Amino acid sequence: MTGPGVSGVLTAGSQTWELTRRSVVGERRQLLSVMPGLVFPLLLAAVYTKQFSRVLDMPGFPEVDSFLDFILPACIVQAVSFGATAAGSELALDMENGFLDRLLASPVARWPILLGRLAGAAVVASAKTIVILALFLVFGARVAGGPAAMLVLVAVAALLVLVIGGLAQVMAFRTGSQEAVGATFPLIFVSIFMSSAFFPTNLMSGWFKVVAENNPLSWIINPVRRLVINGWSSADALQALGLPAALAAVTISAGVMALNRRLATP
Amino acid sequence: MSATTVATGAGHGWNVSLAICARGMQRLRARPVLLIPTVVMPVFFVVSFTGAFSSLTRIEGYGTSNIFNWMAPYAALQGAVFAGVGGAMSAADDLENGFFDRLLLTPGSRLPILVGTIGYSSVRSIIPTTGVLGVAALGGLELPGGVLGLVSLYVATAGMAVVFCLMGLTVAYRLRSLRSMMIVQVIGFSSMFLSIGQVPIDFLDGWLHGAARLNPLTNVLRLSRQGFVGEMSWDLTWPGLVAIAAMTVVGGATALRALARLAP
Repeated sequence: MTGPGVSGVLTAGSQTWELTRRSVVGERRQLLSVMPGLVFPLLLAAVYTKQFSRVLDMPGFPEVDSFLDFILPACIVQAVSFGATAAGSELALDMENGFLDRLLASPVARWPILLGRLAGAAVVASAKTIVILALFLVFGARVAGGPAAMLVLVAVAALLVLVIGGLAQVMAFRTGSQEAVGATFPLIFVSIFMSSAFFPTNLMSGWFKVVAENNPLSWIINPVRRLVINGWSSADALQALGLPAALAAVTISAGVMALNRRLATP
Repeated sequence: MSATTVATGAGHGWNVSLAICARGMQRLRARPVLLIPTVVMPVFFVVSFTGAFSSLTRIEGYGTSNIFNWMAPYAALQGAVFAGVGGAMSAADDLENGFFDRLLLTPGSRLPILVGTIGYSSVRSIIPTTGVLGVAALGGLELPGGVLGLVSLYVATAGMAVVFCLMGLTVAYRLRSLRSMMIVQVIGFSSMFLSIGQVPIDFLDGWLHGAARLNPLTNVLRLSRQGFVGEMSWDLTWPGLVAIAAMTVVGGATALRALARLAP
């Protein structure tokens, strides 16, 4: 009885693989569009390192040699957010140009349609994270948690793509417009700012501090930052990986539901 | 008087520009989600920058003791950048969906198409600027420079919208893709960050200090911010106006060239 189920999973797996390949090839062909997602976070990190040097002496700021160590997780999260929303835009483009209709008319399962795009973006995000890590190390950053912490950073980046990209795909199904999906990118950008990404929450005040402390991004960034600044901790690694994995399951499920709803609408 | 003469006259061009501008505003009403980067983003900026970096005012030498006075003009200018890119995005969308080709089939000069899009961007910039001021006022924004301070902010934001619309149109006419607008958004963000957006120029170290001094947006920021952090001064006004004028001339020339290549 398990035969057809297993073969179904294998078929869906191979469909996901093919759509992932298509997505990665698409990204490679549009390198000019991919580059901003790498260049901008690096530029921001470089700017903040030179802009906030006086902040390091403030009471309450974590003890770091350079702002570069502090901002590394934020830089990666930002780089990821660029590619992730593009996964939603590309899906909207597939809807606009009719490719999605052709996919749906073919015997392709629903999940691979979504996962293929997201997995492609996750591959690109992992590559970006490796580049960012290498550049940070060249410019003097120190990852106290060592290679294991770096692996966690790469995995967190891939998982975050599934979270943010999943949300962008829901938006794509709801609006069917590339422009509308693109317009949501700034919101992701702002939610990064309303977290502990760029400044420690203990130096914030009022309601903003409450929001930043309760922003799920802070719950991901804080353990990652501790891995970078303080050193390896299994508990931090588990928290850094577990939360985005759970959120990814939610957003991808929401994407499938949005797709089914769209198909059910005449 | 032939039909061609009528179609290429200044009055006709003005009508085309107005129609393009009105179509852009209509598009905003029809697709409210497009208001997200226009209004919500700059409002979020002022909220998040003032919230995240509120403790900066504790550092000696920061330009003001009220973080809203420093960040509100910066957020408004960021909103103007989005408004400018948003105008160019509408043109890029038209290029992708074929509407632009139909526009090109109409008789007359191409210039009004470009002027209309710029007009739409500058009108659109009023929305985020007003939104930012409203939210910042709730947070305790002060205006020691008076009405002139407000005027200089609106002039600066409209100017920035025009500049980034022209830059966006140049890219859109060349790459004919909506996704390419991300490039202009990143350039806009980056150039704002390479200036005195969040801290005074004395806080900047090394290469960033030099970059901010050379960046024309530093002067635009001074123009827009002066009425909120002190009295108005002509010394802070004219460099900003010159920067906007120069960027508009350069941006206009490149956009026109790209349009001429697209539709000879």
